[in-house]
Amino acid sequence: MSVFIELWRDYTLRNVALGSALLGIVSGVLGCFAVLRRQSLLGDALSHAALPGICVAYLLTGSRAPLVLLAGAAVAAWLAATVLLRVVRDTVLGEDAALGIVLSTFFGFGVVLLTFIARSGGAGQAGLDRYLFGQAATLVADDVATMAVLGGIVLVVVALLYKELKLVTFDPGFAESLGFSTTRLGLFFTTLLVVAIAIGLQTVGVVLMAAMLIGPAVAARQWTDHLGRMLAISAFVGAASGIGGARISVTRSHLPTGPLVILVMTGLLAISLLFAPAHGAVWRLVRRRRGHGARVVAA
Amino acid sequence: MQPPQLSDRSPTSTGAATTLVAARHEPDRATDAVPALAVHDLTVAYRDRPAVWDVDLVLPAGHLIGVVGPNGAGKSTFIKAVVDVIPRVAGRVEVFGGPYRQNRRRVGYVPQRTSVDWDFPTTALDVVTMGTYGRLGWLRRVGRREKDEARTCLERVGLAELAGRQISELSGGQQQRVFLARALAQQADLYLMDEPFAGVDAVTEKSIVELLRDLRAAGKTVVCVHHDLETAPEYFDWVVMLNVGVIASGPMAEAFTVDNLRATYGGVVSAALRHADREKAAIAESLSAAPPAG
Repeated sequence: MSVFIELWRDYTLRNVALGSALLGIVSGVLGCFAVLRRQSLLGDALSHAALPGICVAYLLTGSRAPLVLLAGAAVAAWLAATVLLRVVRDTVLGEDAALGIVLSTFFGFGVVLLTFIARSGGAGQAGLDRYLFGQAATLVADDVATMAVLGGIVLVVVALLYKELKLVTFDPGFAESLGFSTTRLGLFFTTLLVVAIAIGLQTVGVVLMAAMLIGPAVAARQWTDHLGRMLAISAFVGAASGIGGARISVTRSHLPTGPLVILVMTGLLAISLLFAPAHGAVWRLVRRRRGHGARVVAA
Repeated sequence: MQPPQLSDRSPTSTGAATTLVAARHEPDRATDAVPALAVHDLTVAYRDRPAVWDVDLVLPAGHLIGVVGPNGAGKSTFIKAVVDVIPRVAGRVEVFGGPYRQNRRRVGYVPQRTSVDWDFPTTALDVVTMGTYGRLGWLRRVGRREKDEARTCLERVGLAELAGRQISELSGGQQQRVFLARALAQQADLYLMDEPFAGVDAVTEKSIVELLRDLRAAGKTVVCVHHDLETAPEYFDWVVMLNVGVIASGPMAEAFTVDNLRATYGGVVSAALRHADREKAAIAESLSAAPPAG
């Protein structure tokens, strides 16, 4: 209880915790679909691809306003998604190879641009590299409000399209036969993913964003066999990681929030993989032992 | 509804050719009514390789129709192209006289069981409920009515007590029946099924055959991609032989001939003959044993 009171009293902690929690909820929900669609790495490619977008947006406008930079990030991520689609469709490359190439090309270009900006020594250049690993401590109330609006939109769209997303994730062929275009739904989903990435760039950055999408979803899958509950648990794991990471980073000062959020999430993921009732490794082991014992007795 | 019979199965010089011509140009008497499925000049290609080439087919309503052909003959591709799952290079598909997109709600589709990941976190009932999504359309939510309909469909395939079961815990045969129940929930008039008998046990196979016959008795049309030539004449009353193009299409008794089989499974002649011989023996056996139910 004191944790929550503290959260509300400390301005910095409140923004950092709220921002991270929002990111955790949104990426937790979207991550479920990404993981179930076997597109875990799509988020990774798109978030890395956002880096050159941030740089180009800065070079064009000279502004460091998060909204401007995030818009650039979203455009670049979208461009990467389009390139990815074309590469998979028009070349002999498989999706994994295409993902790897798009990710490294865009990211490499982004790093070159970052260096260029740093060398050219514009007054505001110092701030850009914080998008690599995020710097949640710099979140202000306005940033959190922006994140809340964007995240709210994503969650509303997922709620509206829940039936369609579930269908196209489970059986895309059947969805197509019913007239639910998999292409259109895929584009919708990619757009939602891009928005989630934009939300996450300030907090965990382009490099660690993929973990925010994959971790909570995989953890949640261990606890339930029901998609709706999986979304809820995943959102909870994401939010808990965000708040936990924020709290550790603010109290033990000088530790970066983004990586701490990821570490807390990894802890929750490990607990889930080991101890979740139906799927956890420990219980499986126990069941196997018992099963073995039963067989011995039967023999 | 005629029982499969052995007509003149001796090779004749014109057998395959006349059947082909008949299938292409002369409407069958049964198609005086609007055909369930009419396909014109359908061509589908994977990259540059044609998988289905210039297929013309008119399938009459009220039949159990088996689509047979060797591996890689484009049977699944044909079904998928009909229901818009893969794009067509050319051709038109009409369902009950109208374009597929307009009449898709009269079509039920059963994909291959192995085409989905059965570890997906959901229940048997939920999968069956997906059959009502087409009727619901975009954004409308599943309600009690849809759930009740899905439950009824699960009952019809004998899985009522497994409604709440996680789908990965079902056997292969049960998963196949869940897919069939989902198609039933579509409340269609034409059912397109991609290998509904693949990997199911004998009991399930029998119950599926009964279900298909019930559908036909209710006036529905069922088109099944089928792998097993031995059971084809027993299960279906109309056969389509496909090998990239249509080799033959007609009532089982007329079209299921050695010549047509040879033309369909050709290339490897010995394999074709083995198929045909086995087929002949099996049919002769089943006919001498008991007249098939019709």
